[in-house]
Amino acid sequence: MKFSRFVLIFILSFSFSSVNADEYDKRNKITKNLRCLICQGQSVYDSDSEFAISLKIVVDQKLQEGLSEDQIYEYFKIKYGEWILYDPGLNKNTYILWLLPLLIFLIGGAIIYKSFIVRK
Amino acid sequence: MKNKILPFSVIIIFGIIFFIFYKGLEDSKIYTPDVNIKKEIPLFNTKEFFSGENVKSSNFFDLDKIYLLNIWSSWCVPCRQEHPFLMSLNLDNKVNIIGMNYKDNLKNAENFLKELGNPYKEIFIDLDGTLAIEWGAYGVPESFLIYNNEIIKKYIGPLNQQLVDEINLFIK
Repeated sequence: MKFSRFVLIFILSFSFSSVNADEYDKRNKITKNLRCLICQGQSVYDSDSEFAISLKIVVDQKLQEGLSEDQIYEYFKIKYGEWILYDPGLNKNTYILWLLPLLIFLIGGAIIYKSFIVRK
Repeated sequence: MKNKILPFSVIIIFGIIFFIFYKGLEDSKIYTPDVNIKKEIPLFNTKEFFSGENVKSSNFFDLDKIYLLNIWSSWCVPCRQEHPFLMSLNLDNKVNIIGMNYKDNLKNAENFLKELGNPYKEIFIDLDGTLAIEWGAYGVPESFLIYNNEIIKKYIGPLNQQLVDEINLFIK
């Protein structure tokens, strides 16, 4: 009986620490993708400004409330606009950003195909 | 024909790239947040500044009244500069000024008000800065003009005479 209790505590303590570690990783990932709006070229993760410190607390709170990563991004997008995200979604303002590399890749591929492969 | 496709597509690609970079040159490099936003004010629980009692945000804001929410702190130098303007706004009594004390030492904040005067109808506390995030604020000082539980306008940075005149126009 004592032994089983010990095993249970052992397992539980490990599972809790892994939950915390998961949350910690998630928090780091999220704060790395949030722009510190009052700093220059820094993410919230990198910054120690008052703004970034508060934002990290809010991310922790939202994670504890059970919000998913995307829901947290959405929350900050509503509060501060798309600019706060380092990884912008595809919309009417960002479609060139997303489609241009693809377009250049396709055209470049076509040129290579035409001039080298077809020539052979 | 084959020989023509290559230079032609190269020109098109460079044309597109030139166009995008040229457009990018015209854009302002400084991030300017949107200040004319019609957003509902957030709901939150907080503490009253003087009594330390728990209060709900809905207690502060009534419909059909104009409010100016001012985020301030005793350690913030620009807050000191804008304080006389808040005092003058309060004199007219047309706008209810609500204070949000941001990440402050309460003793210092009280001394700040004793020294410069208290223009606020109500003050609540934001100890860890999370309420300011809830409001979509960037730091101190910052002010929000509120009507019917909606943010009409946001003033980032200290208020000055020009902005006070603008607020007075809104109130009329």
